[in-house]
Amino acid sequence: MREIRTEQITELVEKLCIDANCRLSDDIYSCLGKCCTTEKSPLGQKVLGTLVENARMARENFDPICQDTGMTVVFVTVGQDAHVTGGSLEDAINEGVRRGYEKGFLRKSVVKDPLDRVNTKDNTPAVIHYDIVPGDEFHITVAPKGFGSENMSQLKMLKPSQGLQGVKDFVIQTVSEAGANPCPPIIVGVGIGGTMEKSALLSKKALLLPVDQANPNPDLAKIEEELLQSINDLGIGPAGFGGSTTALAVHIVTYPTHIAGLPVSVNIGCHVTRHSEGHL
Amino acid sequence: MEENIQLTTPLSEETIKKLKAGDMVYISGVVYTARDAAHKRMCELLDQGEPMPFDFTGAAIYYAGPCPAKPGRSIGSVGPTTSGRMDLYAPRLMKEGLKVMIGKGLRNQEVIDAIVSTNGVYFAAIGGAAALMGQSVQSAEIVAFEDLGTEAVRRLVMENLPVIVAIDSQGRNIYDEGRKVYQQSL
Repeated sequence: MREIRTEQITELVEKLCIDANCRLSDDIYSCLGKCCTTEKSPLGQKVLGTLVENARMARENFDPICQDTGMTVVFVTVGQDAHVTGGSLEDAINEGVRRGYEKGFLRKSVVKDPLDRVNTKDNTPAVIHYDIVPGDEFHITVAPKGFGSENMSQLKMLKPSQGLQGVKDFVIQTVSEAGANPCPPIIVGVGIGGTMEKSALLSKKALLLPVDQANPNPDLAKIEEELLQSINDLGIGPAGFGGSTTALAVHIVTYPTHIAGLPVSVNIGCHVTRHSEGHL
Repeated sequence: MEENIQLTTPLSEETIKKLKAGDMVYISGVVYTARDAAHKRMCELLDQGEPMPFDFTGAAIYYAGPCPAKPGRSIGSVGPTTSGRMDLYAPRLMKEGLKVMIGKGLRNQEVIDAIVSTNGVYFAAIGGAAALMGQSVQSAEIVAFEDLGTEAVRRLVMENLPVIVAIDSQGRNIYDEGRKVYQQSL
């Protein structure tokens, strides 16, 4: 059985927190650059140019791309033959968040209680999702989520009779209502199926997929393309000032569901949609 | 739409009247950061008849909570947060003399009405371009509510913060107008 020490996990999480917040992923970076040439609005082009310049500067100086360095969402994939030693896995992850946010000069945006609202001052606790898989791998994705876009995300339990059209209408309605708030151009994660919470988790995982990667299922790929076109036809544009680039990508992830239900979650990611991953 | 308008706070009534939705402006001078928690506290102070943490006459508020400053710098990345969360408080603060708001996203009708009735202006900064905007900050000091961390009220001296007039003193707004121009259907 492979042993993984908690100190290694803390070190990795620390590094990934800083990396995710300061280094815009290559796929989004190059997509923003391409959109500068396809955007129809002159003001929109300027906004996109500013976003590229901002990302370039953040990379160079290791500054946070955006001041909202998010609530730290951590996806852990652990092989069932891997063994974590030296303490609690959860504590190790939170210690990595604590160190990363301090050393990286990242903003501490977490309050201990959603009603009392006192800041924890170290951005902990993280929101941690575990997947147990065969083998002995240990993989972590750190995806700090900003709340400008998180606040504009929605979930709806549709009726099966509403079908694909109902799903499409809900996605478009969610993006339209979000308008300028989630910092367009956005990335749209759509989770369809499962139960209420499963669809929400699928939609968040969908945001981690590369913006230039089409769905491996051709039917879903076609739906993604149609949704992207409809979203860009809304005219919201870069920063919401009007334009033809409202979203960079739509990703759909599905799961089997109940005979009585059609859960749909739409998780909106901003043009930063921070994520960084590593193995141990 | 005008480009390259250079303004220094506090803005005069005349200056505000001339600004039109869509104008590109570079703001210099003093702006105060305040977001959710600071707004709640300021309105509680007003309820209790207590003095405000800074002079509101002609003041500019930037809806922002910065990242910590690296050594040798005055502030970290600092871009706008979603203004709509402050809609509940803004009309009341405008009655106290607040003239200029800087943030991102559309405001509700009450705020638009207050902007028109008090001859105010709402600027939009580009959400997410925070590393660049941090470069516009010449100095930063906490003036109230230090316990709130990033949500404390800070007095920033800006140099050429790039913004767009999002809602002008006539109540016109770039979000609705810009979107209509590029909307293809629906």
